[in-house]
Amino acid sequence: MPQIRDAAIHGYGGYVPRLRIKATEIARIWGKESGEVPIKEKAVAAIDEDAITMAIEASRYAIRRAGIDAARIGAVHVGTESKPYAVKPSGTIVAEALGIGSNITSADYEFACKAGTEAMQSIIAMVSARRIEYGLAIGSDTAQGRPGDALEYTAASGAAALVIGRETRDAIARFEYSVTYVTDTPDFWRRSYERFPMHTSRFTGEPAYFKHTITAVKNLLAENGYSINDFDYFIFHQPNVKFPLTAAKILSIPLAKVEPGIVSDVVGNTYAACSMLGLVKVLDIAKPGQRILMTSFGSGAGSDSFVITVGEGIEEKRERAPPLAAFFSRKKTIDYGMYLKMRDKIRV
Amino acid sequence: MLEFGIRIPRYWRGKPFRYRLEGFRCEECGEFHFSPRLVCRKCGGKRLRRDKLSERGRLICYTVVKSASPSFEAYTPYIVGLIQTEDGTMIVGQLTDCDPEELHEGMDVEATIRRLQTDGESRLIAYGYKFRPAIQRP
Ligand SMILES: [Zn+2]
Repeated sequence: MPQIRDAAIHGYGGYVPRLRIKATEIARIWGKESGEVPIKEKAVAAIDEDAITMAIEASRYAIRRAGIDAARIGAVHVGTESKPYAVKPSGTIVAEALGIGSNITSADYEFACKAGTEAMQSIIAMVSARRIEYGLAIGSDTAQGRPGDALEYTAASGAAALVIGRETRDAIARFEYSVTYVTDTPDFWRRSYERFPMHTSRFTGEPAYFKHTITAVKNLLAENGYSINDFDYFIFHQPNVKFPLTAAKILSIPLAKVEPGIVSDVVGNTYAACSMLGLVKVLDIAKPGQRILMTSFGSGAGSDSFVITVGEGIEEKRERAPPLAAFFSRKKTIDYGMYLKMRDKIRV
Repeated sequence: MLEFGIRIPRYWRGKPFRYRLEGFRCEECGEFHFSPRLVCRKCGGKRLRRDKLSERGRLICYTVVKSASPSFEAYTPYIVGLIQTEDGTMIVGQLTDCDPEELHEGMDVEATIRRLQTDGESRLIAYGYKFRPAIQRP
């Protein structure tokens, strides 16, 4: 499984909705100390947004950066745990909205926060096997936390998309290796017909996030003979700010190589989009020849770890769409009441 | 039988324009039509070709809707604007990701896709274009 043959990123796009709620505002409602909040603020999808509309936003930028006719895309795979329909594919709506043809494979993937990189795995494999010329891998979520639950501070909205195709000289970045590590872990779940997820604090940290993230990275390094020094950037899944920084510390990774990929402080945990948005933020600044190690984590539980080398095409292609920073500065802060309205938490 | 507030067949047929701003332009007078036609409604010309409006444009004027029909009630207050796309076509559409006080005549807007409404009983979601202030580089 490790080596990836002939698959590269030709376009990337990130989208963060405009609304924000400060973690201290959520703490105010529940009488918690404002010094204890895990992030600064989180992005909240507006009432007319969902995982599908955000997937379209991110994909539009990815296709624009790739500079290809959308009709050349042969697969649209969407990773999300907040699909608007329990039954009805998200990818077909994304495809029609963007003028992608009808002779495509399309599916929605579910693996909690790892669903986006799961979509990447399948698109990479289809490109490598020459079944398609280009494919869209998308992570998009309007994550929901039960009002008053610890997850409410971080469960956020956002999307990221990659156009993946064969290697060319003008590609944005090349996939080199990938390792996946999964186990059956009861850290977080949501049963059918339930609106909000359940989680166990006993399993959230060590046995789930850290075990899978660190094992995936260590296995990848061991299998391929890389060391920490071979990488310029490390991107982790970010359920908060503390976890990715702690993972870096455990692996003896310098902070300066982790911080460029941190998005959760100002956006929150965007679930399936989270580590992919970290990649988008890094691609906004990376230089040709630099090497990225990206590791997702999804509850349930598992991690995908990828080695990605930045290519010559990045300088020209990244200018074709707005950088993620444009979405960080485009914001409007809302209060808890407006947040309840926007996220459909008022039921009468 | 469920009653559908959204007329599903009509919504489904309208996808090319609602999703991608695709319609038909008269080869003779240049008039743009949002749905397929055999004859131009302006000049009566019979040569119409597929065309797509520019996703960018400028805001001509707008109004704020505070009381709406039941299927749009959840979205109030919302803004409806008249937009002139870069190719010169005038279209009416909702504005999103903005408050009325941020808007001014002539400002740059761009098309995006959002939920237009959710059918009351069937819960089918109708998606379609809305305009928002053009995303600026920081
Ligand atoms: Zn005419």
